[in-house]
Amino acid sequence: MNNITIIPLFVIIPLAAAFLTSLVGKFIKRSSETIIFISSLALFAFSLYARFLLNSAAGKIMVYKIGGWMPPFGICMVLDGLSCFMLITVNLIAFFVAVYSLSYMEQYTDKPKFFTLFSLMVCGMNGLIITGDLFNLFVFLEIASIASYALVAFGTEAEELEASFKYAIMGSVASAFIFIGIAFLYSFASTLNMADMARVLSNKQNEWVIPFVGVLFLMGFGLKSALVPFHAWLPDAHPAAPASISAMLSGVLIKTLGVYSLIRIFFNIIGATQGYLAVLMFLGAISMIAGVVLALSQWDFKRLLAYHSISQIGYVILGIGLGTPLGILGGLFHLFNHSVFKSLLFLNSGAVDYATGTRDLKETGGLGKLMPVTAKTNLVASMSIAGIPPFNGFFSKAIIIIACLEKGNFGYAICAVIGSILTLASFMKVQKFAFLGEIKDKFKNIKEVPFTMLFPMVCLAVICIFGGLMLIPSFRFFLDDAVAVILKGTSYASVVLEAAAK
Amino acid sequence: MRNNPETGMTLIVKTITRLTVGLILLFGIYIILHGHLSPGGGFAGGVIVALSFVHLMLAFGKDVAVARISKNMASNLESIGAMMFLLVALLGFLGGSFFLNILAKGNPFNLFSAGTIILSNISIGIKVGVGLFAIFLALVVLEKSK
Amino acid sequence: MILYFLCLMLFCVGLYGVLRKRNIVKMIIGLGIMEYAMNLFFVLIGYRFHGRAPIDAKDQNIFNMVDPLPQALVLTSIVIGLAITALVISIAIRIYEKYGTFDITKIKRLKG
Repeated sequence: MNNITIIPLFVIIPLAAAFLTSLVGKFIKRSSETIIFISSLALFAFSLYARFLLNSAAGKIMVYKIGGWMPPFGICMVLDGLSCFMLITVNLIAFFVAVYSLSYMEQYTDKPKFFTLFSLMVCGMNGLIITGDLFNLFVFLEIASIASYALVAFGTEAEELEASFKYAIMGSVASAFIFIGIAFLYSFASTLNMADMARVLSNKQNEWVIPFVGVLFLMGFGLKSALVPFHAWLPDAHPAAPASISAMLSGVLIKTLGVYSLIRIFFNIIGATQGYLAVLMFLGAISMIAGVVLALSQWDFKRLLAYHSISQIGYVILGIGLGTPLGILGGLFHLFNHSVFKSLLFLNSGAVDYATGTRDLKETGGLGKLMPVTAKTNLVASMSIAGIPPFNGFFSKAIIIIACLEKGNFGYAICAVIGSILTLASFMKVQKFAFLGEIKDKFKNIKEVPFTMLFPMVCLAVICIFGGLMLIPSFRFFLDDAVAVILKGTSYASVVLEAAAK
Repeated sequence: MRNNPETGMTLIVKTITRLTVGLILLFGIYIILHGHLSPGGGFAGGVIVALSFVHLMLAFGKDVAVARISKNMASNLESIGAMMFLLVALLGFLGGSFFLNILAKGNPFNLFSAGTIILSNISIGIKVGVGLFAIFLALVVLEKSK
Repeated sequence: MILYFLCLMLFCVGLYGVLRKRNIVKMIIGLGIMEYAMNLFFVLIGYRFHGRAPIDAKDQNIFNMVDPLPQALVLTSIVIGLAITALVISIAIRIYEKYGTFDITKIKRLKG
């Protein structure tokens, strides 16, 4: 048992928790809640500990060989700066969402099944992040996707089923494109290990395979991450799910399945050229504007938030697509910040739904007096997403805009500013119609939500306020290591293969 | 397998089913156990096992099949199969690595060879067999409720 | 080469079913066809002319086998396809209970 044994635990713990809850959850009361609480807390603690171990590891990389097989033949798991960054983001949100679900899911029947699916989704995302094998990535992607299709339909009401059907069909088409891309890469490179594939691709020249595969992956992962031409499923699927799952879907699922895989494949395997980066920047910019314009006219609280997810993913993709160290830093920092404040906003919407039974902004109003904690955390999150200075959203958006200016892309910088202003307008509407103003008569008797729902909201709000501190030099290693992995590009191959050979 | 003419298909189908269902089940188990020697394995064998129950259900009606394996039992067995597979994988930690094949490999082409692969095949067989049956059962139940 | 082309055609048939059909059961069938096409494509990639099945048997020397890796991967992909199909069919049945129709143009309670 040495240090690298921690790596497979990120898959083992949620998988064991998923099947244990479905096994004992029916017989022993409250056992499923206990198992999920312990497992998600353990995952969060382990992800922080992995970050600590990574600091002392040689070359800031740890490679685990499953079954003792050497990398080009067996599957290996790679923990580097980028995976560690994503692991902490996913497990942080998953822990708070699990705590929130303990009370929130009382409205639904069959909690053990919910927690099984939730754990499987976390297992899929963690596995996708740490795997070093391309087909393994596809399998984990499908585990997370199938669990999320089922979770969207969890309420089994008419709208939820319709949204889930749409999501499942679009997601399957996306998976088909990704699978065909992997098949082409395999036939070209005769290997599935990501590091080995990067090595083969950089030595073997071909004029049409790589651009073709790039387009397939862009379609597949673009659909998974809901970039604008492929975004049609997101505004239906995310509001239909239970609020805690909406927080997971918008907060981390689209980023893990879409953005992380896109980064890993485009930067570390295929090798990003200026052409890809220009496409990514363009898609990011239109997502940014289109998402927020569509959000302005929404009256359903959760649907409005879902459109903002499209817009904020646009910022992340724009930042990463710039390809400069500052742009990538801004993109990744915004990815983390967006996970925090978007899940907080969805948890707020769940709290409003839990207390009043409606999410229509025309019907609510004046909830600020009766639900003070929800209103205050929502104010923090709204300020954050709109980019008001002391909160974390300001810093990441500012970095992205500065990076745009630095690279000379003034048009994209102006787009980012406009998007930010429209976001502010949209969230002023939320504040006005949900929490300020006069209270309606029928909501006179509502109470604040229970403690297990308040605790995650308060914690996430605190992270929103102090998130900007991550940019000061002594904490920056968290982001800088992730940026370093992306900037290394295809030399990822030699780093991983050397670490594995030890 | 009582012969109730009210439910299920005709007498011919029922008689043939009664003769073949055991053989199908046995064939599924054979495929699972010889997964490391010949084509097939946990998934293929599990599907055949599930098909024997589905066969029973189609010929004799839902109740006869459910009397063999109820829906609750199917979902429990499925979880147990998954846990068994995870345990086999965790067994590798005794030798130092996740999924490491720590048991003695034996001689090639013998039934008891290839270490933990046969254990994995059995657990996958259980999971797939009851899992597929549970899916079929769930779809039938859904159809009845409308 | 013609085999790969036929694969592509099968994939397009499936995609046409998913995108253009109004009945959701036909959409699910289209999804299935698409999955078969991509599995077929992946198996074809590993094929060699006059290759034999990649099974290790007693008293046989191993030569000219087809690539076994795509076959193992396709098995995984078939399992994934099974899971998706089962899930989508059960959703379709529930949709029929709620809406009373399989027509996708009549199933639009979600707006915007």
